[in-house]
Amino acid sequence: MTGNLPGLRSPGFTILSISALLIFWQVLADEIVQNRFILPSCTDVIIAFYDLIVSGTMTMDFAISMIHFFIGLGLSLLIGVPTGIVIGWYPIANRLLDPIIEIIRPIPPLAWIPFAIVWFGLTDLAAGFVIFIGAVFPVLINTYEGFRNIPRIFVEAGKMLGCTSNAALIRFIAIPAALPHLAAGFRVASGVAWMCLVAAEMFGVSRFGLGQKIWWYYNLHQMDKVMVYMLILGFIGLFIDYLFRYGMNRTLLRWRQGEVN
Amino acid sequence: MGRVEISHICREFVKEDGSRVVALSDITLSIADDEFVSFVGPSGCGKTTLLRIIAGLDKASSGEVRVDGSLITGPGQKVGMVFQEYSLFPWRNVISNVAFGLQMRGMSKEERYAIARKYISLVGLSQFEQSYPYELSGGMRQRVAIARALATDPDLLLMDEPFGALDAQTRNHMQCELLDIWETKKKTILFVTHSCDEAVFLSDRVVVLSPRPGIIREIVNIPISRPRDRTNKEFIDLRRCLLEMIEDEEREEERIKCKSGNL
Repeated sequence: MTGNLPGLRSPGFTILSISALLIFWQVLADEIVQNRFILPSCTDVIIAFYDLIVSGTMTMDFAISMIHFFIGLGLSLLIGVPTGIVIGWYPIANRLLDPIIEIIRPIPPLAWIPFAIVWFGLTDLAAGFVIFIGAVFPVLINTYEGFRNIPRIFVEAGKMLGCTSNAALIRFIAIPAALPHLAAGFRVASGVAWMCLVAAEMFGVSRFGLGQKIWWYYNLHQMDKVMVYMLILGFIGLFIDYLFRYGMNRTLLRWRQGEVN
Repeated sequence: MGRVEISHICREFVKEDGSRVVALSDITLSIADDEFVSFVGPSGCGKTTLLRIIAGLDKASSGEVRVDGSLITGPGQKVGMVFQEYSLFPWRNVISNVAFGLQMRGMSKEERYAIARKYISLVGLSQFEQSYPYELSGGMRQRVAIARALATDPDLLLMDEPFGALDAQTRNHMQCELLDIWETKKKTILFVTHSCDEAVFLSDRVVVLSPRPGIIREIVNIPISRPRDRTNKEFIDLRRCLLEMIEDEEREEERIKCKSGNL
């Protein structure tokens, strides 16, 4: 089954599957649905995309969404990583904080939107806060898991070589050893953050934003433009994930090549 | 430097059900400067526990260990250790691993890399100093681990079955290399092993431990001059004598186990 087809890894397959999807979409929209409001066709969306480039606010939307995204993700790292380290390293902190975390964690991030607005008003910070709530737990849990799974041998080897204080052990042994877990957490968090972004922006925290525009054009019944923004959100999400995976593997996690995990 | 005084070491482990297991009972032993001493015994005799107590990684229930007169209270600066498992930091390359101990002592990068290079060449891995551990074979990794333990110039080197995971040929080769290093660097080495052959080949003295409770059963002097020939009659006799002692212990263990099984 696997590997016998010639050029199974060739990009031809990707091109084939995407072209098939586009043709199917076009035929479905033009011949079967025949209603631009229910399903705009591929060409409608391309034309809408061109219109938006020429006369729209796409750059501004992108910039504002990035601000929301990085406020949320940045805060989640700023708070999630140190908290994860503390509860992963000190069992007493784990016992104290774990119940609190387990109670707050299952609350869906979008349920925080009313309080985000009450606390921060209709500002970028409110959107950032909702994204933060979504992203902080994957970061925290993965950091914690990473710290729990540090092989004891590394800690003992470090101690024998004079790395004895908690601060030094965390810095020189625990963080590098847990880095693969941290990276995984960061990746999950960026995915969740991207999802929360759309919902957070739909509540009118600002006049721009990729998520805000989806709602905006829906209200104007311009579904082709809604589709353009949907696709843009998808592609940026894909790009962020790619950037991450490859960036991390090539630099910080280079030592993991060939390691079996 | 590197005199070790082990006096009246006891170590009890408390199991989950509250029962106590005596791993080591009243171990007293003096080891001279630059001596090479091996510990052998059946599994469960506490040889690794004893080594960990000397390292400061484990605490004795009673008794004390002194190295050059100073009491061991925790992992210290004067004691180096080579573990059985691969303990190299996989996120650091060879030179950075070897220099780690010196980095912890606050030495500048140039200084510590210069020293690390000397030790890497001592174990014959100069062309691998930029490699990461995953790129090295098992034998090479243990060589790096030895270089790393030596780089801080400890007076005492503890080795917990360092060649246990290596194939027989690599193992014999590593033993010769270790003796060369020991002769040039002049360290006290305490070496835990399962192999009587290895113990006789390397050591000045072999300490035979017996389990439940862990006590010293016998200390055997190895008066053969180095380099030693494994096929020499004296060598074979000593090895047989050690093997018999350990097998004896193991039979005794089996008997106790069977008896308690029947009860």
